[in-house]
Amino acid sequence: MSTQITNFSRNGVSDWLVQRATAVICAVYAIVLVGYLLLTPEITYQQWKDLFSHTGMQIFTLITLLAICAHAWIGMWTTGTDYLRVHTMGEGADRVRFIYQIICILVLFVYLTWGFKILWGSA
Amino acid sequence: MLVSLYRYNPDKDSEPYMQDIDLEVPAGKDLMVLDVLELLKEGDATVSYRRSCREGVCGSDGMNMNGKNGLACMTPISEVVKSDKLTLRPLPGLPVIRDLVVDMEQFYNQYKKIDPFLINDELPPGKERLQSPEDREKLDGLYECILCACCSTSCPTFWWNPDKFIGPAGLLQAYRFLADSRDTATEERLLKLEDPFSIFRCRGIMNCVSVCPKNLNPTKAIGHIRNMLLERAV
Repeated sequence: MSTQITNFSRNGVSDWLVQRATAVICAVYAIVLVGYLLLTPEITYQQWKDLFSHTGMQIFTLITLLAICAHAWIGMWTTGTDYLRVHTMGEGADRVRFIYQIICILVLFVYLTWGFKILWGSA
Repeated sequence: MLVSLYRYNPDKDSEPYMQDIDLEVPAGKDLMVLDVLELLKEGDATVSYRRSCREGVCGSDGMNMNGKNGLACMTPISEVVKSDKLTLRPLPGLPVIRDLVVDMEQFYNQYKKIDPFLINDELPPGKERLQSPEDREKLDGLYECILCACCSTSCPTFWWNPDKFIGPAGLLQAYRFLADSRDTATEERLLKLEDPFSIFRCRGIMNCVSVCPKNLNPTKAIGHIRNMLLERAV
């Protein structure tokens, strides 16, 4: 049986708001990054390193990483509780969904900490 | 015309099957799908389906006709028949009792959840609770629902979470009472809908709008409820 226990917020309103707000953050970050790539005629390693050594960019990138994790978790949790169900997969679906959720959390955690390390490691 | 009919009799059949029947359709007439079923029943009295008013009021004969849900009594064959073939199946996602007759319990359970009645904790006036014409107008496009289940059973979210997602029909009715100026239970009604499943599982794909035989717009009503929940939350 799928319940909302494994959903962190347990509230549809907050999930809905978080998903939209994080989507805006990711979109703005993508626009900034693409803008930088288009407006910089020739990017050298030093320029790229300087960009990500800037405290403002580091904070912006970290916020975006957190936003991606929150956004992805809500999306993956929703997808799992839609598709990985007893009436679509048969008995054992609850166990499969729980393992799927743990894998999602682990992948997102690795993604976040790895990104954090790359970001601050470049300083 | 070739009619491919979903057949299942749990007392006889181990699983459902499609029965192909060649049907002589009277020339020069654009029959309704329900008329086709009546003709089939003349040939085989065991063909089972629900029907009552035969004019789109009772909502009994909701079914899937050539892949699209609708009311058999209001759907002319000229509208659905492709290459002289009509495929009739029960409403998708609900357990089949027999042939085109489905068990509507899950659908009604969701309808029950939204408290589909007026709640007013104020002292009743002597005669009746009056409503201004403007407030009454807010119920247009909401109260007309006949609960045929065509919308909810065309919604993938309802197929996947029939026990938790209210479904378009129930949510249209939820907004019908939220929008009613005479109802005082707005807070209680919204509280019941704020979990991740009841309303927020709607992905806005608008299957419900495309199949509603009454041309109602459950997606719009769901949007209104979502806005009410957001306004209340922030």
